[in-house]
Formats: sequence, structure tokens, C-alpha cells
Amino acid sequence: MSMKVLLLAEHDGNTLNPSTARALACANGLGGEVHVVVFAASAGDVANAAAQLEGVAKVLTVERAENGVPLAAVLAPQIAALADGYDAVLAPSTTFGKDVLPRAAALLGAPQVSDIMEVVDAGARSFRRPMYAGNAIVDVKVPEGVKIIGTVRTASFQAAAEGASAAPIEAVSVAAELPSHSEYIGLATQQSERPDLQSAPRVVSGGRGVGSEENFRVIFSLADKLGAAVGASRAAVDAGYVPNDMQVGQTGKIIAPDLYLAIGISGAIQHVTGIKDAGIIVAINKDPEAPIFEIADYGLVGDLFTLLPELETAIG
Amino acid sequence: MKILVTVKRVIDYNVRVQVKRDGSGVETDGVKMSVNPFDEIAVEEALRLREAGVASEVVVASIGSADCQQQLRTALAMGADRAILVRADDIDMQPLYAARTLLKLVEKEAPGLVITGKQAIDDDCNQTGQMLAALWGRPQATFASELKVDGDSATTVREVDAGLETIRVQLPAVVTTDLRLNEPRFVKMPDIMKAKRKPLEEIALADLGVEAPPGLETLTYAPPPQRSRGEMVEDVPTLVSALKSRGVL
Repeated sequence: MSMKVLLLAEHDGNTLNPSTARALACANGLGGEVHVVVFAASAGDVANAAAQLEGVAKVLTVERAENGVPLAAVLAPQIAALADGYDAVLAPSTTFGKDVLPRAAALLGAPQVSDIMEVVDAGARSFRRPMYAGNAIVDVKVPEGVKIIGTVRTASFQAAAEGASAAPIEAVSVAAELPSHSEYIGLATQQSERPDLQSAPRVVSGGRGVGSEENFRVIFSLADKLGAAVGASRAAVDAGYVPNDMQVGQTGKIIAPDLYLAIGISGAIQHVTGIKDAGIIVAINKDPEAPIFEIADYGLVGDLFTLLPELETAIG
Repeated sequence: MKILVTVKRVIDYNVRVQVKRDGSGVETDGVKMSVNPFDEIAVEEALRLREAGVASEVVVASIGSADCQQQLRTALAMGADRAILVRADDIDMQPLYAARTLLKLVEKEAPGLVITGKQAIDDDCNQTGQMLAALWGRPQATFASELKVDGDSATTVREVDAGLETIRVQLPAVVTTDLRLNEPRFVKMPDIMKAKRKPLEEIALADLGVEAPPGLETLTYAPPPQRSRGEMVEDVPTLVSALKSRGVL
């Protein structure tokens, strides 16, 4: 029996978020027909981008004014209604997916698999996921006859590539009563010319060792030299050096760049959980006993304020 | 207004969790148990709302064995007014089951606000608050780092991937807490003594008439693949040439 899979697209109204292509790789691993659904006020560009992705059989658009902002209470009843014709419903395990999917799952009376790292066996409906901040990895099975509902840990999957031909796009209407008890006020975002932290192939992160908001310029400078995104440990965020959307770790962003530079970061388990899937980890810290060195591919002990300018020069 | 806060008993966050050799679970024998840290933030936020005169009563609730009394007493020592333990012994209490159970308490207590941790640090599911809100048919404000209650609505700043999002929800509503919402208070010895005399009601899960939902079957537990320690390099030129040879520079 081939599965029908519904994947929830994440977007900001204009651009398809890269987390969608990563979640799609997981959806494709279920071995069925994958439909991507775009809830939006106007789905045009986002739907076109989704249609380009390899393995998408069809893009569904649900356009209505209320879908112009991402409110879980508004989206969940529509997802639940649409889920009727599907065996599985997936969403990326971003704050968007984590917010909306459990609400839809509850309406469907089905359990949710959070943070899928791997489809262990699609036929056996088994999935791998982390628990205890990644200190235990469990295989769970969705019982027969129950819809598979899951959020996909994006760092565990390579983004699906663009396919040779575009999938058809179909506008659908969903019969669901939408509540008016939730109101979207706005989003405060840091404008940045730098690459996106969650999809950048290179990331430079600073920790408490950087010492101040002003000192963080050495991190930004190195990142710019490398064309890298900038991250931070929770300690640096809590100390107010940088805004919270730069936080890497269990309670921040979980990332998997090809190259990760941890500068002045001690390496608390919370932080390490966020970078476990990175290709190569480099740690620079003045404390030779810092736990970050236990997991780093390359460690360099010394003063970051001396070493970073040296590094910038050496990169050329 | 009454606030209902959920409190989950979990392995203390300072404990390095070990998977049992036979893959049947994680080691809990002799391991320190605590209030889920996100729930502690939820309790603190409720207490601050009471202290600000917004809330009149803070009720804490847990689901589980008699051992959960310890965590409820901790919440009472922080300042919660009373506690409810839904006794569920030897039951695999997954998020949807917990949400259905909490819905029964919500119907019984009629709180104006339910505050829960955004996730429990054992299963890391991040589902229960959202599921409760769905079943209750009320708004949700997840990952809150700021909460202002004004009459019959609450305005919440939420930590989302793109930055800080603000939403306003009509009460009653479910709010789930992120780390930066507050810093929980330190519990003093006299408060622990006082908490022993505060009411702690026990209700048997069976008496609530909760329909058990389908749950996930856990097949195996395994330790995570370890990243091994790499090499320490002497200086920047050595580092750069190593990174170049690995093709990442």
C-alpha cells in the first residue's frame, strides 16, 4: 500500500523556508505520494517554489485572508480537515511546526512523533527521535490504523533538490470553522545581510568568553570573512551580547553546517545538542579543560582576541 | 482569576542521563528527580501574576504516581495555593493522554489561564500545551518570553525562529513558557514547612473518565552516537591548513 503524505510548507508569505525542503526529504522517505500544502493569503511564489522540489507530486494552496499570518489556532483546524485524505501529515520541527502540528494532532485524536531524525522502516511505521536533550535516541512505532503525524528535525535531513519538472499546483478550499480568539500583532526581526543561521554551510558562534556586546564584532568580522552565519551560546544570549534568535542549542536552533566554529564557548550539553550533526567542529577557547574540546574535530587553546585576527589574515 | 499550572516530575536537568544497557529505557534508580525546569518557570509566572493582583489563586497539577507529590510540594513551597495530583500509576502518559486528562481538570477548575512548560526535558515532545488548547477550543501562546494580562486578553511575546513574535489572545488561554520568561524564585526553608500544610488533592485517573487515545510504542532506547575528540592544534596556520585539507576552507 502506498502512503499519501501531506507536508506543511513553512514560509513568510513570499519565500519558502528551507526547512520545508529538508522535511520533504523525510516525507519522501515514507515512500508514498507527497503533497505540499501552502496556507497563505496569496500562495503564488511560495507554491511555485514548492512545486520545483524533487519528489513533490502536487502542491495544494489554501488561500484566505486569515492564512496571511501563522496562527496555530487558525491553521490547525484546516490541517485537520485536509488530513482526512492522507495517511501521514508532516511539518518541519521549527517553532512554526512545533506550534501548529500538535494542535492539529489533538484535533485528529492521534499521537505525534516529535523531531523525527530518521524513518527507520516506513512499512513498520517506525521512526527515530531524540529524547533527554539528545542523550537518548529512541525508535517509536505509530500503531496501525492511526495517522502518522510528525515534525521533522531538519538538521537530520539533506534538503530535497529541485526536480526536473514542476509539480502541478491546485487551489483547494477547506471547510473548517476558524476561531477569532487569537490575533497576530507582529514580528520583530533582526535585519541581517548575513546568511540564515539554520541553512548556512558555515557558522561562527560566540559564547560568554567573548565578554561583551561590543566584543562580538570580532565574531561578526570573522563570519563575514568566511561568508558564514553568526550564532551564539545561551550564555552569550542571556548576557545580552546578541539577540535570542541567534541562540544555538537544545532550546535554540539546532543546526548542521559543514563547518562550525565555536569561539569562547565552553560546550555545555545544551549547546552541543544543537551542533551534533555539524560536519567539522572547530573550538577556540582559552580554557584547555573546556568540554567543547571533547567533541571538536580541531581544538585550539588561546585568547580569542589574538587568534581571531590571526585566523582572518591566514584565511586570506 | 484562577491560574492552573502543570508540573511534571522529570530527571533533574543536572543529571547526565544514561541509557540502560539492555535498551529498555534510561537509568532512573537513585537518580535525582525535579520539577521540569520549564514548568518551574510556569509556576513562577503564575505567582507573579497573583502578586500583581491579576490572579487570585494558583493551582498546580501533576499526573503520575504518588512520587509526584514531591514536585507538587516544591511548587507549593514556591507559593502555589493548592495542588492536584491525578494518580496514574504504571501508565504511559504520552502528551495527548496528558492533554485529555488536563482538559478534565480544566473543566472542573475553570481557570482563566493555563500555564505549562513549553516542553518536558525527558521526552522533549513539546506537544501537551498545544494539544490541551486544541481540545479545549481555546487560544494558545507557545514559547512565551513575555506575558501581559489585561482584562480578558493576554499579550504574549513569543520566541520564534525568525525573531520575537507578538500575539494577543482572548482568555481563557494556554500559555507555554520559554526560558527567558522569568527566573524562578529560590525556595526558603520556612516555605517548605508551610507547603506541607497546603492542600494536596488526589484524584484517580479512572475517576476522571478520560478516554485513552492511541499512543506511540517505544521499541528501543539507545545512547547517541558519540562525536569523538579530534586533534588539538598548536597554532592558527596549522588549523587553517587542516581545514583546507578537509575541504571546508
